[in-house]
This record gives sequence, C-alpha cells and structure tokens, in this order.
Amino acid sequence: MTVARFWRKQVHRYNLVGTHCNECGEYFYPPRNMCPTCRRDGKIEPHKFNGAGEVVTYTVIRTAAEGFVHQTPFVLAIVKLDEGPQLTSQIVCDPEVAYIGMKVKPVFRRIGQSGERDIIHYGTKFVPV
Amino acid sequence: MKVLVMRDVAIIGVYNTKFGEMWDRSFRDIFVEAGVGALEDAGVSGEDIGGLYVGNMSGGQFVEQEHIGALIADYSGLSRNLHLPSTRVEAACASGGLALRQAIFAVASGYQDITVAGGVEKMTDVSTSIASSALAAAADHEWEGMMGATFPGLYAMIARLHMHKYRTTSEQLAEVAVKNHYNGSMNPIAQYQNRITVDAVLKSIMVADPLHIFDCSPITDGASALVVAPADIAHKYTDTPIYIKATAQANDTIALHDRRDITTLDATVIAAKRAYEMSALTPNDIDLVEVHDCFTIAEICAIEDLGFTKKGEGGKITEEGETAIGGRIPVNTSGGLKACGHPVGATGIKQTVEITHQLRGEAGKRQVDGAEIGMTHNVGGSGATAVVHILSRNR
Repeated sequence: MTVARFWRKQVHRYNLVGTHCNECGEYFYPPRNMCPTCRRDGKIEPHKFNGAGEVVTYTVIRTAAEGFVHQTPFVLAIVKLDEGPQLTSQIVCDPEVAYIGMKVKPVFRRIGQSGERDIIHYGTKFVPV
Repeated sequence: MKVLVMRDVAIIGVYNTKFGEMWDRSFRDIFVEAGVGALEDAGVSGEDIGGLYVGNMSGGQFVEQEHIGALIADYSGLSRNLHLPSTRVEAACASGGLALRQAIFAVASGYQDITVAGGVEKMTDVSTSIASSALAAAADHEWEGMMGATFPGLYAMIARLHMHKYRTTSEQLAEVAVKNHYNGSMNPIAQYQNRITVDAVLKSIMVADPLHIFDCSPITDGASALVVAPADIAHKYTDTPIYIKATAQANDTIALHDRRDITTLDATVIAAKRAYEMSALTPNDIDLVEVHDCFTIAEICAIEDLGFTKKGEGGKITEEGETAIGGRIPVNTSGGLKACGHPVGATGIKQTVEITHQLRGEAGKRQVDGAEIGMTHNVGGSGATAVVHILSRNR
C-alpha cells in the first residue's frame, strides 16, 4: 500500500467519517460520492458516525493475508453502524467472546504493515461495549 | 427484458487439461493444449475461426504477464498469419463464464461464426501467500482486504450467519466437500481424486471459523476451452451439438458488507431469474448443475439462490443426498471447484465442458442418466458477479 493511497482516505479511516445523501437520507460507510438510489440527483455530504455498532457476523482469521500474519488469530467482523451502513473491520477481543449481535464501539488502532520498510497504517477497529 | 433477434448458438467442441499443480508446464503450454484439444474435438482448423475470448483473472500477479489475449493467440499459432482477434475477459473467478458469454454474443449477433471461448490460470508459480493476496484483490481491497479480510474469511462470515439464521451445521458443510471429492474421484482431470469423510473435514485445520481447510477449494493450474458455432451449422461438425438455451449475468456490490442480505447472493438470484426467463425453463427442468463451490458454504448458498431448494435448506438437502449423482438434482459432478480444482480464470469454461460431456452422455462413471438440460453457475469475488448458462441437448 503506497503512502498516497492511504493518505487520501485518512480522514475516513481515522475518524469513521463517511457520507450522507441529503436527498434520500441514506448514510454511507465506506464513503460513497454517488448515491446508488438517487445517483446524479443525490446530495452527498460528509458525515461523522456516532460510532455505536453491532456485530452482524464474524470469523476468526487463522490463516492471514500478507501483512496480517503476525496478528493471528484475530476477529474479523461485519459491523452495522447505528445510522445503518455496514463495514468490515476487526473486533479487538478474545475470539471466544465474540458473538452475533454483540454491541461494539470504535477505537483508533494500528491496522497493519505490508513489510518492514512499508508504512504502518492506522484506522478504526472496534471493541466490545 | 428486451428480447433480441439473435442466432441460436451451439457448443461443438470442448477440452479440459488436467487440473492440479503442474510444475513442469507453463501458462502458455496449458492454454495451447486446451485450445488445440477443443479444435480437434470440434474438427475445425484455425482458418475456420472468427476469434477468441479468454478468461483470465490475474496473469499479472500469478505469472507477471498481462496482454493475455495476444499471448494466447500467438502461441496457438493464430497470430502471425491469421491475425485473429483475441480478447482477454476478466471478472475475477467469473472470468471464464464471462468469456463464454462474449463468444456467444459474437456468434449470436452474426458478427462471427466459429468462435473459441477459453479460460486459463497458472497459480502455483507463486507462493501461497502471494496467491492468496492476488485472489483477495477480487474483494474490495481498500475496505475489506486492508482490514485483514481474506476470501476464506469473507465466506466464513457468510457461513457463520447462515448457521445462525438457518441452523446449518458444520457437518452439512462437510457433506458438500465429501460429495465433491466422491465425484472428483471419478473424474480423470480432477486435482483431487481421493475420497474423504465428514470426520476428516471436521478435523482438518481451521482457516477462518467455521471454515476448515477442507471447506476450501485449492490453488490450481489448469486451462479449458470450447468452440461455439451457429446452431444452424453445428451438425456439420458434431452429431451431438449442445445448445445454449440461456446466457445471463448479474452484478452486485463489490463488498460483502454492502449486500442486502449477507447469506444470499442477489447476483446469483437475478442471473438465474434472467436465465430461466430467457430459456422459458424452471429449476424443475434442470437435470444437473455445476455451481461455484469455492467454499462449501458457497455451494449451499448457490443451490438455494438458483432455486433448487428453499432459502436455508441447502445444508439439509445436501445431507439427505439430493445433490449427489443419482439424487434429485446432481450438483458438481466434475468434483466442483473443491475437488476438480479452481484455476480461477478457467473454472467457468471447465463447468461448461463438464455439462457438455454429461449432455453428450460421455461422462463415464459420473454420468447422470438421461441428462438433457444442464446449468452452470460461475461467481466472481464474494458475489459481485454471477454468470449463469443453461445448456440443452435439444435445440
């Protein structure tokens, strides 16, 4: 992952900032600049999520992709935010305690590093409430 | 849906290479073998062909080669003198199915007559972790991959929720792998020809809970090719042309987290609906199906989403043997992606080659008696692309 590629999305990754369509009211995280419902009639603006979320489903990654090998086992989940959108992130907890429906809140964490000389990237993980 | 006046299309030649870890053979070696095999099966020569469509997911990452269409045509001897148009088609693991679709369009529209559709992937020239990262690029890299998601991880999250909502069990998932290995044991090209037990699946190492390594399709080298022609002239080349009754595709969100329902592949549901409408057939008319079982849970979702059983009952009907050869709707007679292997760009073509063998009645020990109508179902990513074809012995 190049520096520029990560830096562009820094605001969204560090602060759980996505977008909102003022036309139909739908919220987007990850952010979208084109509303799938209203398309060109949509009115997209930034939105900072309140952070409250719930685990929709999860897994425990035991064989990881490059850059995540040293973190195994870790809990990967789809989290539904209060405002409606769903995202993929990690839950910082013992794999044994994760469950569907678990209430979670965001935390700022180191996400990964592809290689020793690569940049360390940070972002939003979740912890049980 | 718009109905176009198009020509009927038939498959007149097919070929699969051996699937597996082929250390001694190169990317171009295996594709040329498949292409030549399909032409020989059809009894046509290079001069008869209008063009090629080649499914390939990631030559760039697996063998550091792009411009695959040109390479394939060149080494198949179709460039220097004939200068045939050759096009690479990419839709992750659905690249093969989509290549077939382009070849059908070329023939149906009248733009070309005899056309080749192929697929190829050479995955074992890189380490497993590089292969996994290459495959993970079929998901949303910025918002899934960068959070640590792997493909087994995404399908594991589908499996977890399917179990939660429908009480699907790990044993039922394992039954998919057991059946597909059994079918693979009767397929000479299959990567795995050994039979396994439910116990062996459950005792294999966990990759991403609840998926064990035996719930996952392997990393495979392989190539497949077939020849399509206008149905009106198909009998000139073969006694048993296999007719394309429907070609359909649907797309959905790239990321799993954006889907309407995590346990349903809407792309599959919609592609199937379009295919049934185009062919005026229903799930009850289908005699056998090759589905995209990149993971055991994927086969369970597929048989539900294609309409072969109610949502949530895929595990149950698998356990009851309805999807075995001899059952109500045989699924993955080739061994599927699980046992036959999954060279990602080739899979969609391999599925069509298997259905063609079955409908011609030449599938040997794994033959489905009286098979007249078959279906293929090829998925890209975690369900962002689905391609469905319906094939028949009868025009």
